[in-house]
Amino acid sequence: MLFYQLFKSLIGQTITIELKNDIMITGKLISVDQFLNLKLSDVQGTDPKKNPILSSLKTCFIRGNVIRYVLLPQDQIDTQLLKESAIKEAAKIKEEERKMQNRK
Amino acid sequence: MNLEVKEPIDLVRLSLGEKIYIKMRGDRELRGTLHAFDQHLNIVLSNVEEVLTVIEIDEETNEEIMKTTRRNFEMLYIRGDGIIAIAPPKRF
Repeated sequence: MLFYQLFKSLIGQTITIELKNDIMITGKLISVDQFLNLKLSDVQGTDPKKNPILSSLKTCFIRGNVIRYVLLPQDQIDTQLLKESAIKEAAKIKEEERKMQNRK
Repeated sequence: MNLEVKEPIDLVRLSLGEKIYIKMRGDRELRGTLHAFDQHLNIVLSNVEEVLTVIEIDEETNEEIMKTTRRNFEMLYIRGDGIIAIAPPKRF
């Protein structure tokens, strides 16, 4: 849930997504779900010559599993908070696994 | 924070805030400072350098030529399914 929360906090910001097929898409983040699917508006392909279709879209939905990278706006990220959340998340997952083990 | 390495993921946890090396699918390598990860190995890095290695074969001599392309990112989210290996910084 850590990255779901991270993307939720970035709603309204402009982000650039690089897909696994090397396409880059820039747009305003509209929504995110538990699979880290992303919805963008004001979409622009960063290379309009290569992907003319992208510049004809206003909004698009990107399935989470085709994403390779997301370029984040550095000034919007609290790295200290991220680090603490990552530690908490890791501890939570361990605790859940321990419970599952005990149940068996 | 527990400093023991019992499970593989502990190695990643102990590298938080440090510079790590990531080997990715498609002959990509990343170096950057680790800020967050989860159980899928989705990761956030800052001050990232990506090195993309492409091997081209010279048509005349049949020689393999390694070409590297470098890109830099300030802050990057990396989806875990593309990750092959993570190496923590060297500790001496």
